Amino acid sequence: MSGYVLRRLAGMVAVLLVLSVVIYAAFYIAPGDPAQIACGLKCSPAQVAQVREQLGLADPVYVQYAHFLGGIVAGRDFSTGTAVMHCHAPCLGISYRSGEQVTSMILQRLPVTGSLALGGMVLWLLLGVGTGLLSALRRGRPTERALTGLTMAGNAVPVFVIGLMLLIVFCSTLQWLPFPSYVPLTSDPQAWFWGLLLPWVSLAVVESAKYARLTRSSMLETLAEDHIRTFRAYGVSERRLVTRHALRAALTPVIALSALDLGTMFGSAVLTESLFGLPGLGKMLVSSVAVVDLPVVVGVVMVTGFCVVLANAAADVLYAVADRRVVLS
Amino acid sequence: MSTTGNGPLVRVEGLTVDFPVGDGVVRAVDGLDFTLGAGEALGIVGESGSGKSTVAYALLGLHSGTGARTGGTATVAGVDALRAGGDDLRRLRGELAAMVFQDPLSALDPYFAIGDQIAEVVRAHRRVSRRAARARAVEVLDRVRIPDAARRSRSRPHEFSGGMRQRALIAMALACEPRLIVADEPTTALDVTVQAQILDLLHEVRADTGAGLLLVTHDLGVVAGSVDHVLVMKDGRAVERGPVTQVLTAPRGDYAKALLSAVPRLDGEVAPGGAVAPGAQVAGGAVAPDGAVAPGGAVEPDGEVAPGGAVAPGAQVAGGAVAPGGAVEQDGAIAPGGAVSGSGSGSGGAVSGSGAERVPAARDGGTGPGGGGEPLLEVVDLRREFGRRGAVVHAVDGVSLTVGRGETLGVVGESGSGKTTLGRMLVRLLEPTSGVLRFEGRDIGGLRERELRPLRGALQMVFQDPVSSLNPRRSIGESIADPLRALNRSMTDRQVRSRVESLLDRVGLDPQWYHRYPHEFSGGQRQRVGIARALAPKPRLVVCDEPVSALDVTTQAHVVELLDELRRDLGLSLVFIAHDLAVVRQVSDRVAVMRAGRIVEEGPAERVYRSPQHPYTRQLLDAVPVLDPAGAADRRAARREAAATAAAR
Repeated sequence: MSGYVLRRLAGMVAVLLVLSVVIYAAFYIAPGDPAQIACGLKCSPAQVAQVREQLGLADPVYVQYAHFLGGIVAGRDFSTGTAVMHCHAPCLGISYRSGEQVTSMILQRLPVTGSLALGGMVLWLLLGVGTGLLSALRRGRPTERALTGLTMAGNAVPVFVIGLMLLIVFCSTLQWLPFPSYVPLTSDPQAWFWGLLLPWVSLAVVESAKYARLTRSSMLETLAEDHIRTFRAYGVSERRLVTRHALRAALTPVIALSALDLGTMFGSAVLTESLFGLPGLGKMLVSSVAVVDLPVVVGVVMVTGFCVVLANAAADVLYAVADRRVVLS
Repeated sequence: MSTTGNGPLVRVEGLTVDFPVGDGVVRAVDGLDFTLGAGEALGIVGESGSGKSTVAYALLGLHSGTGARTGGTATVAGVDALRAGGDDLRRLRGELAAMVFQDPLSALDPYFAIGDQIAEVVRAHRRVSRRAARARAVEVLDRVRIPDAARRSRSRPHEFSGGMRQRALIAMALACEPRLIVADEPTTALDVTVQAQILDLLHEVRADTGAGLLLVTHDLGVVAGSVDHVLVMKDGRAVERGPVTQVLTAPRGDYAKALLSAVPRLDGEVAPGGAVAPGAQVAGGAVAPDGAVAPGGAVEPDGEVAPGGAVAPGAQVAGGAVAPGGAVEQDGAIAPGGAVSGSGSGSGGAVSGSGAERVPAARDGGTGPGGGGEPLLEVVDLRREFGRRGAVVHAVDGVSLTVGRGETLGVVGESGSGKTTLGRMLVRLLEPTSGVLRFEGRDIGGLRERELRPLRGALQMVFQDPVSSLNPRRSIGESIADPLRALNRSMTDRQVRSRVESLLDRVGLDPQWYHRYPHEFSGGQRQRVGIARALAPKPRLVVCDEPVSALDVTTQAHVVELLDELRRDLGLSLVFIAHDLAVVRQVSDRVAVMRAGRIVEEGPAERVYRSPQHPYTRQLLDAVPVLDPAGAADRRAARREAAATAAAR
């Protein structure tokens, strides 16, 4: 088991390394001069050269990359010309644009995106698995057709259209809800909840369709299995067949999919974040890409990658817990 | 509701079951009647598609709510199984009647401990505490002789062996002391030694609890020792019924006769008129339709039935098949492989008239290993390991054997014995870990794929499952053409086409079917396609891995016959791998018995079966069900005694 954990960790590190190399290379090739951006448009060529020197942009790319990795492990120092700024490990560099430390920028926004993604997932799992289950059990009846239609419609509409509709109806017209905003869970849980409810709902409406499909088909498959027939032939009630015997097997693919989705959500919730004006990672990523703020982009991608890898590892463990035949090795 | 103080336990009258298919319906059971008294045992025998399992399901009301339409009546302990609902239905399922399913792995929930699953059944019917239900589970597991039942009840199904899983299913059936046990092919997925144990257990349980038993199976050997009455089903109808002894020794109907005669015999005889279903061709035509042998042809096939010796019931049935004067031991039949010359060919001639196909290779000009000339295939100390450090499995652990030209070598063994691994190495689908694999004098064990390519055509394989070994998206003609095109790129489409058509014809399929797809064919026909595909590149060695184990017994006989005919006509060498000792005997000149990756015994088929040297071979042979009910009872007693002495030791 410990061997498994070690190998798994090594694999995670390898994935993140590859990811960082790719993203570094992509930006090295991309047009735009980071030094110019960091310095500002009014800088003289001499000033730009100075900034380039300070940020280490004059070094060959592999040296820059080595510094970047070193910063993650041990922290590093940046000179701003007049003073030296120490960036603690794990240091993801400093923003070319604002001069802020990327690590602290990310840490500020991570709770926003985390709240959005986790809460959204809870809701879309409830909605998706619920409708999937219901349509499996009501197969071929009007209920199933109605549910399938509804989830398909939800899936077909882009998230910002749904979000906008929700905003207009609930915040503007009916005024049942406040306009979404982010209040940290720790300072006011109620405000946190109400402030994020609409973003969650819009995410859930869009995401739940595929969970409904997956749950439905995997439930139908499980219900057709021999061991379900066994317990039916032994007079075990249908409800118990579903809740105790079928559900567990039917949900294993759902676990795998939600792990993937949760990880990706950290980097791709940008539409939702922008629409509802939430200061999350996705929003920051998009604006940084536009100005070639390499450290921020690399930092966000690394953190997102880390979340994806971590969520998948968690899914594998959950898988093994759910199905004891799976041996982690 | 009365729970029948009088009257039979099961009463089925005019039972019909229709399944909707597309626009129409398929009538799976068509007006079936039977009764089963308390404590009695009835066997329902039939081939796939005969409707036998549908009947079993009907008795537990398992058709309700599935879309199937039922008619007639079926009552079990006073409950109307076809129309019961709610509490009556739940009571019927598990408490009055309990079902033992075929595949014990898929029939149990992989996620839960065995004991919990049995406890759940108990709690579905009895108002008892969780703890009491669990205790009952351990009790029944102990009853079916799961060792250390309390501890093993916490294991999940995948931690049990196949036999133990089947025991656990029987334990589940016993949990609520049902009045009727319905066993649907309870031993089909099991090895022969385990099959014997499970049948013994069912027998014992019935004797102890007084429950009635309905045993559904395709295997006549399984019913012989286990039931009082037999009902033979075909196309949803009962075509034969009666006391087991009568049905197995003197069947009245043609179908039952054909079924019985198609069963491969362990004693190596192809029952006269046997292996010959109605309509099949018999060389010489000496066999009368009813299975009796014309006087002139009354020579025992292999001359092996000594007067008064072990005569299979089938032979008695055939009346006059064992003509005292004809029961002459013939040299050719017993002598190993190729040592026979003149007398062998003489016996071959005599034999063909009786419908017996199997005669040692020498008789038809093949060269056995002892017959001079180098063997086609020679294997020395072949090994194959799987897995890595720490968890290495020696699937094949030092096997040496030879296959002569035109000879059939049978390889028997139970699951996990390494026989499939061996077979795959022989045609180099797998690379041996070590050892010598000499084909036509050349060591091909270590050849790389590129070097092997010219030999691929000469080494072919026929696979077990004719469904999954054919690509469902390619027509059968294309499937057969593929190896031709792969090996000979210069062939034109027209040449390929005509070669495929002649191959189809050769294996008994209509060449017009070139463009049909596998799902349009029956299991036996699909296996013929598999054989045609193997023959396409003109192989010299064909390894058949369980080629007939997925087929019905009558189909089995035809496919085995085809293989043997092809071997003779095309001068092939066959390696015939199977778990079924009787089938192997039917086709093989020599037999190798495998266990745990090694060959424990090898020799001429005749010798191995008649006087097995290794205890394991003897154990295997003893476990094979026999068709004679009295013999089956004797064997059961012998097994029990052996188990008792083993336990006492």
